[in-house]
Amino acid sequence: MWAFVLFVAVTIVTYIIFYAIPADPARLACGQRATAECIKRAAHYLGTDRPLYVQYGKFFGRLMPASFRGGPHLKEPSLGRSFTNRLSVNYVVGQAAPVTASLVFGGAVFWMLIALPVGILSALRPRSLLDRISMVFVLIGISAHPVWIGLLFAYFFGFKLGAFPITGYCDFLHPSGTCGGPVQWAYHLFLPWCTFAILFAALYVRMIRANVMEALNEDYVRTARAKGAPEWLVMRSHVLRNALLPIVTMLGMDIGLALGGAIFTESVYGLPGLGKTAINAIENFDLPVTQGIVVFATLCIIVFNLMVDLLYAVIDPRIRLS
Amino acid sequence: MPLLEVNDLKTHFRTDDGVVRAVDGVSFAVDKGQTLGIVGESGSGKSVTCLTIMGLNPRRSAMSSGQALWKGEDLLTASPRRLREIRGSEIAMIFQDPMTSLNPVHKIGDQLAEAMRLHEDVSKKQARARALELLKAVGIPRPERRLDDYPHQFSGGMRQRVMIAMALINNPDLLIADEPTTALDVTTQAQILTLIEKLQEEFGSAVIMITHDLGVVAEIADDVVVMYAAEVAEKGGVEQIFKKPHHPYTWGLMGSLPRLDADVERLVQIQGQPPSLLRPPAGCRFHPRCPYVMPICKEVDPVLAAVSDDPGHLQACHLDEETKDREAAKLLAGMMAEAS
Repeated sequence: MWAFVLFVAVTIVTYIIFYAIPADPARLACGQRATAECIKRAAHYLGTDRPLYVQYGKFFGRLMPASFRGGPHLKEPSLGRSFTNRLSVNYVVGQAAPVTASLVFGGAVFWMLIALPVGILSALRPRSLLDRISMVFVLIGISAHPVWIGLLFAYFFGFKLGAFPITGYCDFLHPSGTCGGPVQWAYHLFLPWCTFAILFAALYVRMIRANVMEALNEDYVRTARAKGAPEWLVMRSHVLRNALLPIVTMLGMDIGLALGGAIFTESVYGLPGLGKTAINAIENFDLPVTQGIVVFATLCIIVFNLMVDLLYAVIDPRIRLS
Repeated sequence: MPLLEVNDLKTHFRTDDGVVRAVDGVSFAVDKGQTLGIVGESGSGKSVTCLTIMGLNPRRSAMSSGQALWKGEDLLTASPRRLREIRGSEIAMIFQDPMTSLNPVHKIGDQLAEAMRLHEDVSKKQARARALELLKAVGIPRPERRLDDYPHQFSGGMRQRVMIAMALINNPDLLIADEPTTALDVTTQAQILTLIEKLQEEFGSAVIMITHDLGVVAEIADDVVVMYAAEVAEKGGVEQIFKKPHHPYTWGLMGSLPRLDADVERLVQIQGQPPSLLRPPAGCRFHPRCPYVMPICKEVDPVLAAVSDDPGHLQACHLDEETKDREAAKLLAGMMAEAS
């Protein structure tokens, strides 16, 4: 219910913003020297000559998985067609989503691989050299903009060293020529992953460090030690088990959020993902595509939040029963 | 040989503000099957004393010296491995706050079984059976059903029972109870105390009962140590302490006991605050709050010495015995008068 309200609110806001923008997609469709006749026809064709609520109503009707026109029947929900190239928005989003998903999930693995050990170790040895170094890393990671980091990486590792490709994306499943398959896929995504992971790794190092330090001071950790449990068992079964509970929530929500478009990283590395598609669509006043990506992003957030809630019930017994 | 003999134990913590002398030269002994009560205000060092014995102080900031002889073996110099062997099997501990002392994400039965399997080579099934037996012993209704429950499904009193069950699962020789009833309501407090006493008889364990409640001590202790500002102010048998207290601080504690039978407007309290352990006052640490303070108290720290007519009763106060006898008698007479 809450998810539905959120969904409607987000899509309406997108429509209103587009309505408020002083640009006419119909004029754009007719090219530079547009005749009034052409604009009128284009506007009618695109549906932009109708009032806002009619446009929104049509959009919403297309999205429903059932239709009553010509008798009630089930249909595939559609996001409409692009203003600029008449491609089905479902297709456009379907093309871009795997790219973003590759970037985000790979990036999530990267940042967790960095953040878990660094966070835990600096919690165990506060004020040690490692802790101080990780502190510096965190500051850089949080302050530095991903575009800047991306450009630096592309310049040094891609251009100067030639170790990694600077741009481009290779499909995981469907090879096109030499570019394709898991190896090429990972090879092309390595730099984007690193770039994307740095900000999150920095945030997560702080989170994990704080949580582990807090858990280390819990009474039940003292109880475990008083039982005579060896340190590794205390860490695994009592400290980490509790300290990482909130991290699971954060991870789920961040992945859901990031799936909506890792705009900066995708732009820098020229990845044809959702973020880049969204930018192109906005530049061309292509409402349906923008709206499609907004819908998809909203769905991702909703789905991942739901998954986090369900997962939490499994891993935290306190939630299960209350 | 006593079961546990603590000699001149000192524990200092390094902090950003300086060194906190949390325990500063404490000595006592516990015999097999005996109950020792350690009394004092918050921050007087009673908990830290016991955590030091268990080796549970933060290793990074705590420095300890002195001796804690466990069956003749010094726990302060024992290897971490040896300490782990002793913890939970020979010496067990229960803590002040049962609400936070159990791990919220593990089942009660598993936490109990873990305590046993850490020290004995038994199967999961055997450990579970033993856990069930202990839950029954501490009076948890329908224990077989509650083994698979989580801590949040238990009330505070029940959780403390679980903690006691966990502590006793390996038949320890010594049970350290760190204010086990402070966080509980009054009726539950009484139940838990009775339970500890009953189990002590059953299991034959010695008990160190840390508390700020003289009433608890009077009820279950054989020996009493009164701590003030990281030092021992007075110690002796429970009879000696209650019949003839020798230290003004003990008088203060006794004077501030609430009494059901007396109609008083306000409880008597000891004036002032306990001193900072970063910079304890010179001389006797109690002198800024002591109503009997003399010039010597501000300069010379009194040594813990035996009362002349009673060698088992030790106290650290400069007052002459005559005054002490008189004041103690007055206090007791007052209490008697209130009682009658």
